[in-house]
Amino acid sequence: MSDPELLSQLQPVPVSFTVNDQPVAVSVPAHRTLLDALRDDLCLTGSKKCCADGECGACTVFLDGELVNSCLVLCAETEGCSVTTIEGLSSEGLTDLQQEFLNTGAVQCGVCIPGQVMAAEGLLRENPQANAEEIRDAMAGNLCRCAGYERIVAAIQAAAGQRVQIQGVKNQ
Amino acid sequence: MQYRRPRNLGEALRVLEDANGAGRVLVGGTDLLVHVRRQPLEPLVLVDLKTATDLPPPIEVTEDHVRFGPTAVMTALPRHEQISSWFPALVDASRVVGSVAIRNRATVIGNICNASPACDTAPALLVHGATVTILGPDGSRTIPLSDFFLGPGSTACGSGELVVGVELPRPPEGYRSAFERLTRRRGVDLATVSAVAGVSDAGEITLGLGAVGPTPLLTATSQPVDCTDAHAVAAAVAELTTVATPISDVRAGQDYRLAMTQVLAQRAVMAAATTGGA
Repeated sequence: MSDPELLSQLQPVPVSFTVNDQPVAVSVPAHRTLLDALRDDLCLTGSKKCCADGECGACTVFLDGELVNSCLVLCAETEGCSVTTIEGLSSEGLTDLQQEFLNTGAVQCGVCIPGQVMAAEGLLRENPQANAEEIRDAMAGNLCRCAGYERIVAAIQAAAGQRVQIQGVKNQ
Repeated sequence: MQYRRPRNLGEALRVLEDANGAGRVLVGGTDLLVHVRRQPLEPLVLVDLKTATDLPPPIEVTEDHVRFGPTAVMTALPRHEQISSWFPALVDASRVVGSVAIRNRATVIGNICNASPACDTAPALLVHGATVTILGPDGSRTIPLSDFFLGPGSTACGSGELVVGVELPRPPEGYRSAFERLTRRRGVDLATVSAVAGVSDAGEITLGLGAVGPTPLLTATSQPVDCTDAHAVAAAVAELTTVATPISDVRAGQDYRLAMTQVLAQRAVMAAATTGGA
């Protein structure tokens, strides 16, 4: 460890990126994931750390507008990128999706819900008219250990219906 | 662990060479970062290829071929009309890799470089005659994908080399393909068995098989088969699938895998012959 070159290689990696429209700059160890940086360096604990293996979806965020598992992205990789977390999505109060999750009783223990809402938001942005089958396919990467799947799908369907209606009114 | 941001491919190659076998190319990271987390003490050098400014485009479609660069992610495939019409089996395979969040990140090239025997896109790429372009310190070479896979997790890409392209020739007129896959649960599971059939206008069958050997497998008939005749297809499939040498593991036993290889291959051939279209 006395080798100065080796020590310099172990220096933290400086990363500048945007989180919820705010520019941030952190200096993190190379192995730190985006999820850990969000939670531990930036105190944004809405994204949950459950499997940390890309299996459960509780850490889902938007990275440059695309849904990703933030546990499978290194913070260092996000240099110059734009990240939106559940905090950013609901910065102006509950979104229609969050409201429908509450209305349908889709929230039980709540740990998976931030990821569920992000994944549902990603789906409805791409396909606002998603049917139950498309919703199930799109949500396959988001596990709910309370098994609240029926109500989660119902909540997303209700929000989808509203978005289609609003879009219809706008188009008239 | 170290993390590097090469500015170009040349610098990436130098970092890999200096890493002396410990270098790992990082693009999507959906497999690599799981590995890193499970082996935290392994002194890897992650080379983030996304920062190289001279990468080929993610997807290039010309009149006679499709070429994927290192940054072509799974979700980009179905968005290309030409890819969907020429390579339906590949697009179907790309739709079942992990979840949406995984597919937004996971790349085609990463999928083959990971060299899992159950690699979802490999059977389709093999059937469609994919070639792989590998860049090294002494220049680039292009080899058939069937020569690329050496064993589980092992490929012809050396530790100081990079895969910079996968190219698929446009299929001939009337060529059809179909993808079939068996998993324990419907979404987000690795394949227990997968099969892709390519059927030419004349009835020549090419089969790509996943998760039934140390590498994804490729096999083809020497004679045309009447693909409207289920018995003729079954006989051809029985012969073709003798290349399968599956193991028993957490997903299925060897006998079940062998039986399902025939079922899936038969379904894939029938589907390609009747509905799959190029």
